[in-house]
Amino acid sequence: MTITSANPNQVAGSASQADLLTTPGIVSREFIQETLALTRRLFIQLQRRPTTLIAGIIQPLMWLVLFGALFKNVPAGLFGTSQSYGQFLSAGVIVFTAFSGALNAGLPVMFDREFGFLNRLLVAPLASRFSIVLASATFITTLSLIQTLAIMALSYGMGAGLPNALGLTIVALIVLLLVLGVTALSLGLSFALPGHIELIAVIFVTNLPLLFASTALVPLSFMPTWLQFVASLNPLSFAIEPIRYLYLHHDWSFTSVVMHAPWGQVNLGGSLVALFGFDAIALLGIQRLLYRRLS
Amino acid sequence: MAPAVLIQNLKKCYGKVEAVKDVSFQIQPGEIFGLLGPNGAGKTTTLRCLCSLATPDEGRIEVSEVSVRDHPKAARQLLGYIAQEVALDKVLTGRELLQLQAALYHLPGKTIPQQIERVLDLLDLQSWADSKTGTYSGGIRKRLDLAAGLLHKPAVLVLDEPTVGLDIESRVVIWNFLRQLRDRGTTLLLTSHYLEEIDALADRVAIIDQGLVIAEGSPSDLKNQVGGDRVTLKIREFTPDQEAQQAQAMTTALPFVQDVIINPAQGNSLNMVVSNSGDALVNIQTALKEAGLPIFSIAQARPSLDDVYLAATGRTLLDAEMAAAGSRDLKKERKQNMR
Repeated sequence: MTITSANPNQVAGSASQADLLTTPGIVSREFIQETLALTRRLFIQLQRRPTTLIAGIIQPLMWLVLFGALFKNVPAGLFGTSQSYGQFLSAGVIVFTAFSGALNAGLPVMFDREFGFLNRLLVAPLASRFSIVLASATFITTLSLIQTLAIMALSYGMGAGLPNALGLTIVALIVLLLVLGVTALSLGLSFALPGHIELIAVIFVTNLPLLFASTALVPLSFMPTWLQFVASLNPLSFAIEPIRYLYLHHDWSFTSVVMHAPWGQVNLGGSLVALFGFDAIALLGIQRLLYRRLS
Repeated sequence: MAPAVLIQNLKKCYGKVEAVKDVSFQIQPGEIFGLLGPNGAGKTTTLRCLCSLATPDEGRIEVSEVSVRDHPKAARQLLGYIAQEVALDKVLTGRELLQLQAALYHLPGKTIPQQIERVLDLLDLQSWADSKTGTYSGGIRKRLDLAAGLLHKPAVLVLDEPTVGLDIESRVVIWNFLRQLRDRGTTLLLTSHYLEEIDALADRVAIIDQGLVIAEGSPSDLKNQVGGDRVTLKIREFTPDQEAQQAQAMTTALPFVQDVIINPAQGNSLNMVVSNSGDALVNIQTALKEAGLPIFSIAQARPSLDDVYLAATGRTLLDAEMAAAGSRDLKKERKQNMR
């Protein structure tokens, strides 16, 4: 006959069992530790293989120089209030570059899946697997901001001027919001699609059409009405138009009208709200998917 | 004592394919437990369910009494998983990979350098630690992978085909290392389709075939259970059918011989089971001489794990491998293993 209540071993055993089962959540030192480590990995990769960053800086600069030259001789005033096409273009190149970079965010994750490296992360007792997503987003955002700085510096050298100090902060915020939403979508795709071939195909069919159906290269007023509708609903335009406005106007406010869409006028504050909305939709959209794949 | 690993009635399907039909076994703390079976038997799927990389359809899985399904994070902390294919980031150095791994297992920051030194010494990797993993040979890669798996001192180390694709020397290094680990108290679960690996390492083994456990026990018990020694006899290097049949009839008539089969794949050699008597070979030789049949070769061997597998499934492990190799969709399996 055994009476277990007085068994000290059992008490000690159940206490350690309880300790063991208490695991850290998303608000914890452990979550920060794993996110930092994963982010560090991405930056070491970048440092040892800087090619993508170098290409990512050269490409938009070529856009500026070549596209700028292409429309150099258009009559003044054709591109709205911009003094030159170069000035008009720099906002478009900033946004498009950040967008392309973010769209590619899923590729390294896809390769991690394909090479089995992701399994190394998934068998680890991560406080939350959201750290994998957060590390990628942090990395891509930093990259986009570096690219943005390079573009701004060159276009300044080409005479496009600069937004004022507060304006620069808003530009950074806009780039950040766009990158966050697109990175989320790309990471979602990297878990939803079967392999990197499919992911590259999706990136390929999304990238340029979204560029041409935006106000990056030409103003809305150049487009036929149907394209005006498309372009004025394109998230890229909601990032391009306010940046362009900030470049041209140092006396801006959140109620300044930045886009004359066929369906109404959009002000600076409205664009920011729209970008916040885009992020919310993107994050909510992938949440279920990531939850299913990562938990 | 509570088992280190408990798997009960595990079932896992991928679409219509039943990768694991019904697998149960228990691993005691401090033993090396081997899962033996041909490719596609369900070994990897079992391990993936244990390491919460795949969700079982049915069944109970516990690590040191912690349910993997109810407390996956706690279970992961107790497990170290060494996948079949070593996935290292080739741009990182060995030390950087270990630093990442240490953070993923939440080792306290102050202890990390010391723990990394410990596993580097353990696996004799000091001279490699600061080179990029892309420059490593297969054996070194595997050792780094092992070092990473041991960083958080797991109670149970799970290894999927630990020496597949390695040269003999690296294989022996890994075997010796795994034995040392066991002797220091770590519980090990490993899969293999190499008979000699399981025979050399495992304290106990479960043989699985087509998603079912078909035998379980210590290698020596399993071998003793299948009966007497095996004799392989060749009348000639390539024996004509008629002579082989004649020898088959003759040896079958001997009282201490059972189950004589002709193996056409080996030039019509004869395989038979003899009862455990020391003079079986001499008696067979004498009988053949009286019948006027020559002998090209004759050999007697204790039953191997392959004979255990043969007795349970009616085919050798090698045959099963060959059959599986033809019918497997490797691309599809790769997809399953991707998350």
